[in-house]
Amino acid sequence: MKSMLAQVLKGRSKSPTGISGLDEITGGGLPTGRTTLMVGGPGSGKTIFALQFLVHGARECNEPGIFVAFEETGARIITNAEGFGWNLPELRPKQLDFIDAQPSPDLIQSGNFDLGGLLAVLEAECESMGARRIVFDAIDIMLALLPDAAAKRREVYRLHEWLLAHELTGLITAKAGGDETNSTPISEQPFGFMQFMVDCAVMLNHSVVLGVSQRNLRVQKYRGSSFDENESPFVIGNRGFEVAVARPLGRGLLNVSKERVSSGVERLDTMLGGGYYRGATVLITGFPGTAKTTLSGAFAEAACVRGERTVFVSFDADSNEVVRDLGSVGIRLDRHVESGMLRMISARTVTGSAETYLVRIKTLAKEHAARCVVIDPVSTWTKSGDGLSAHSVAERLVDWSKAEGITLLCTSLLDELSHREEGGTSLQISTLADTWIHVDYLVQAGERNRGLSIIKSRGTSHSNQVRELVLSNDGVTLADIYTAGGEVLMGTLRWEKESAERVASEMAEVAGKLKRVRLDAEEAELEVRLKSLQTELIAKQVEKALLFHTTATHERELTHGDNRMRELRGADAAAPAIEASTP
Amino acid sequence: MNLATNRPVAFRFQLFVAGDAQNSVQAIANLTALCRTYLPNQHEIRIVDVFQEPKRALAEGIFMTPTLLKVSPLPVRRIVGTLSHTQVVLQALGLEMEAVAA
Repeated sequence: MKSMLAQVLKGRSKSPTGISGLDEITGGGLPTGRTTLMVGGPGSGKTIFALQFLVHGARECNEPGIFVAFEETGARIITNAEGFGWNLPELRPKQLDFIDAQPSPDLIQSGNFDLGGLLAVLEAECESMGARRIVFDAIDIMLALLPDAAAKRREVYRLHEWLLAHELTGLITAKAGGDETNSTPISEQPFGFMQFMVDCAVMLNHSVVLGVSQRNLRVQKYRGSSFDENESPFVIGNRGFEVAVARPLGRGLLNVSKERVSSGVERLDTMLGGGYYRGATVLITGFPGTAKTTLSGAFAEAACVRGERTVFVSFDADSNEVVRDLGSVGIRLDRHVESGMLRMISARTVTGSAETYLVRIKTLAKEHAARCVVIDPVSTWTKSGDGLSAHSVAERLVDWSKAEGITLLCTSLLDELSHREEGGTSLQISTLADTWIHVDYLVQAGERNRGLSIIKSRGTSHSNQVRELVLSNDGVTLADIYTAGGEVLMGTLRWEKESAERVASEMAEVAGKLKRVRLDAEEAELEVRLKSLQTELIAKQVEKALLFHTTATHERELTHGDNRMRELRGADAAAPAIEASTP
Repeated sequence: MNLATNRPVAFRFQLFVAGDAQNSVQAIANLTALCRTYLPNQHEIRIVDVFQEPKRALAEGIFMTPTLLKVSPLPVRRIVGTLSHTQVVLQALGLEMEAVAA
């Protein structure tokens, strides 16, 4: 499947536009030697797109180009494009030439006409400068002069034929009726037939959603090539046209790192089993005042101390305020700002769409060569424009940071009134984040204390315990919390509990000592008694032995005495002895 | 293809055409007929083929063909198209009153 795609992509040569995003969508650029139509409402960026296509061709591809301007004069276009740093005067007239083909306002018309003059002029120009790319900007102005649809069609086909015959890569821009190019069927649009004729058609639309300007680009057709068919938001930045695309498929797997980076809070690192993964997306959610910014600051400081260039985008407060406020909890960002390691950016929410912010953040991060990016809070994006596009922006932000290997830390403000229980974010960035830390507060015994927990952390073992987040002059740390009778104790209650436990353990220790002494005494006493009894036993044994001995002696004496007596009496036989023995 | 005459010339025209394209051929015919009717012997027509002289077309800013340029008398006027609407052409050339008078 993939190789087939590659084959198709290779099959047709493409002319890169140099517009970041568009070349990815189209798999290389506009079809070489073919015609592309670009339709868009007023102010949708057609001219800038077209000009950028030519500038890129002239500068990078050695393909000179001609800009046929039907609406604005070449001089005005050059002036308008000064801000993009393309240095157009340097390219003129060898690599890029402008032909002013605006119909003069006092032009009188009588009968049919054709574009023969234009083609003759172009023919000569192409030959003399070797042009490969050509732009017809706002062809609708010219076509409006033609009397009927048939004539319009004929002239467009003439132009198309001419472009094909000369193998020029053409880009024709035309205005659409209004902003909503998609709402009317193609065939009913003023230049609908052109969309059937050309090999590639690109639609631009510019709409305002809830007061925020939103620009989208969509490739409608691309003959002989695969392309991304979805609408992609784009912005006109200070380098021209930029189309936002998700990470294109087939660019290979992400360079996944196993390296850990510190969160800036030692005990949080321990809870996460070593810190965040490099290149991971970290989300910190919480209600206002739950120290989300402080945690972001701690992360930024740790990154700077490691010598990693960091961008800190603050949507809520001025960057100086952030530096000052974080200084009060021992997070010193000022020196890193001075050394240039840290770039603080303050971006209030009132201007621009989420898309604009994404492009700006990308540009800034690129300029700063950042390895870590902090966005505080990312949830502001939902305020500008519709939630759907903000979500897709958040998605692309995550994709982008992963592709670049940037460790991204976003905070997200939870609305106090909604979803307190769910804790999810309206951007749904929580599903995209690799690590999700939630900070909450607990009101108890007249105190409001902060509790931190890790809701998820992909690929890292992590503690499931809620910790108390303690902010002090010396910095940020986490403390264990106590659960007693099903209640979580924090702050002063935790301190009381801690001191009570200290006293209790001391008392237990003393009691233990006492008991040991008493037992020792009892043991000693018993030993003494044991000894005296043993002595007594020996005495008894001796006594018993003596007694035995005495008795034996006595008997012997008795026996011996009888015999002696008999001898002495001179008695005869034993008989009288018996008598004598029983007196 | 100059139609200059020996008489004093009041009207000088340049007609830019694209080779022998249909519109251009028609324009030449229409202009010739018109001049013959309304400006007999007081006009000069110069036909410029843009494919032969593209530089001139560029210099004059001629992108639509055919284009008629009235070089004199001043002011210069340019009329685009086959010149098939005679009234429009006459009006543009400032000849309408004379046409009515004739």
